Amino acid sequence: MIKKELCQIVSQAEIAEHIFKLTLQGELVREMNEPGQFVHLKVSDYAEPLLRRPISISDINKDENQFTMIYRAEGRGTALLSERKPGDFVDVLGPLGNAFPIEAASTGETALLVGGGIGVPPLYELSKRLVKRGVKVIHVLGFQSENVVFYDEDFTKLGETYVATVDGSYGTKGFVTNIIEDRKLTFDVLYSCGPTPMLKALENNYKDKKVYLSLEERMGCGIGACFACVCHTADDPSGHTYKKVCSDGPVFKAGEVLL
Amino acid sequence: MKSLQISLPGLELKNPIMPASGCFGFGREFSQLFDLSLLGAIMIKATTFEPRFGNPTPRVAETTAGMLNAIGLQNPGLEKVMNEELPWLDQFDVPIIANVAGSQEEDYIAVAKDISKAPNVHALELNISCPNVKTGGIAFGTIPEVAKILTKKVKEVSEVPVYVKLSPNVTNIVEMARAVEDGGADGLTMINTLVGMRIDLKTGKPILANKTGGLSGPAIKPIAIRMIHEVSQHVSLPIIGMGGVQSAEDVIEYYYAGASAVAVGTANFVDPFVCPTIIEELPELVRSLGFEHISECTGRSWKNG
Repeated sequence: MIKKELCQIVSQAEIAEHIFKLTLQGELVREMNEPGQFVHLKVSDYAEPLLRRPISISDINKDENQFTMIYRAEGRGTALLSERKPGDFVDVLGPLGNAFPIEAASTGETALLVGGGIGVPPLYELSKRLVKRGVKVIHVLGFQSENVVFYDEDFTKLGETYVATVDGSYGTKGFVTNIIEDRKLTFDVLYSCGPTPMLKALENNYKDKKVYLSLEERMGCGIGACFACVCHTADDPSGHTYKKVCSDGPVFKAGEVLL
Repeated sequence: MKSLQISLPGLELKNPIMPASGCFGFGREFSQLFDLSLLGAIMIKATTFEPRFGNPTPRVAETTAGMLNAIGLQNPGLEKVMNEELPWLDQFDVPIIANVAGSQEEDYIAVAKDISKAPNVHALELNISCPNVKTGGIAFGTIPEVAKILTKKVKEVSEVPVYVKLSPNVTNIVEMARAVEDGGADGLTMINTLVGMRIDLKTGKPILANKTGGLSGPAIKPIAIRMIHEVSQHVSLPIIGMGGVQSAEDVIEYYYAGASAVAVGTANFVDPFVCPTIIEELPELVRSLGFEHISECTGRSWKNG
């Protein structure tokens, strides 16, 4: 059930360069039952910036009615959000979108979680839930450089974790795909969130595996009404059939939509 | 809520607030959030004869107090709208205003003829002002004589009153309004979006894949107010006003300008509950301004007294 609520900021901190961790408290946490969903935040009380900002949920704490997001302060909207202080209220619409299917991985199986940059956060709640289910998790996280690396220690606590940076300043130099190939990582299910070229590479490399990809797209309403974030389906690449990233996704089975 | 009940050609509305076409889909998403029967009416997403995928992404770009969109009339086509969307909407006690679009005269006529037969479609909104399609659309909305002829032809086939949606992308909006009045329009809806562009700082290229898009949101409200103020003094057709409405106060401003009902567009994307909120707040605002009925506000900006 989608709710709109003024949620209170519990904490906010810069955990890497321009990367912020924000924890909010509110009743709508009761509706957050799956990993991989997102919320749509109004970052200002005024008409500027006008639209909400979609941000994925990285951690759900049902006991405290709290949830956490990790986002990059990049444009004006997220920069404004990063200035908000504990005690402030943020207008939240959510939870939105469809989650990563944890039931795709059975107890005793291995799941490979591959995140790129600001696509890493939703994998954290996913990983916690998979571990709880008795699934072995392996994380491969890619970042541009050391100054924007985050959460590698938190992931390490849940399972084997490898980090790649494009410039080699931390972990292995290169891309997440290099790590998976070089280390000959094997798995039963692959879950990923990150830049489209990375998702494309994973989709192409593991056609015979169960692969779930979380997409990013510019959004308007976040609930499926504005048709801003549509993509073609893979079986009808130039036709009329479509999926909306916000409400049909953001998680899709590999091969379902045209990346 | 007697102070909000209104009558317009084809439309007996419990209140004058309706979501604008293209900002509410066919209502399915919003039905998860509130009871659609609360709305005065629903202007459904533009329907074309054939299904349309629309434009490539990015399709939206934010602007100062507004947004650009270039969706490109994505819709499932007449047949699906008739067989699936309209019957589904029939479960709600709310009249539908069907937005009719096309790229040539025959398309408009074919869609208008069929869709006006649907039992819950109480009026048509003739979309001669979409800025995001390559052919037709905007041409019908910028040349008075062309608009007049199209209005006339659609009127001939429509079973319900026809409102014509005017484009602000013209030199003389009054001339356009008069032309469609001459063509037999039953009402006007105004305004559609203004053609705009945003350019990416890093790439130096337009953000929208379509390059240009339609500007909507609070940024355009003063333009719409001015145009309704002008048009309402020169034509006798009722006007459904729209453009950047976010609050009950905005609704009253549209009424003062000359509107007889108000549609809410982009604000639905910002706050999906905005329509029911406005409907709830309006009666008290109308009363506090000293009116018994909202229709007393129409044209106050130019009427004597």
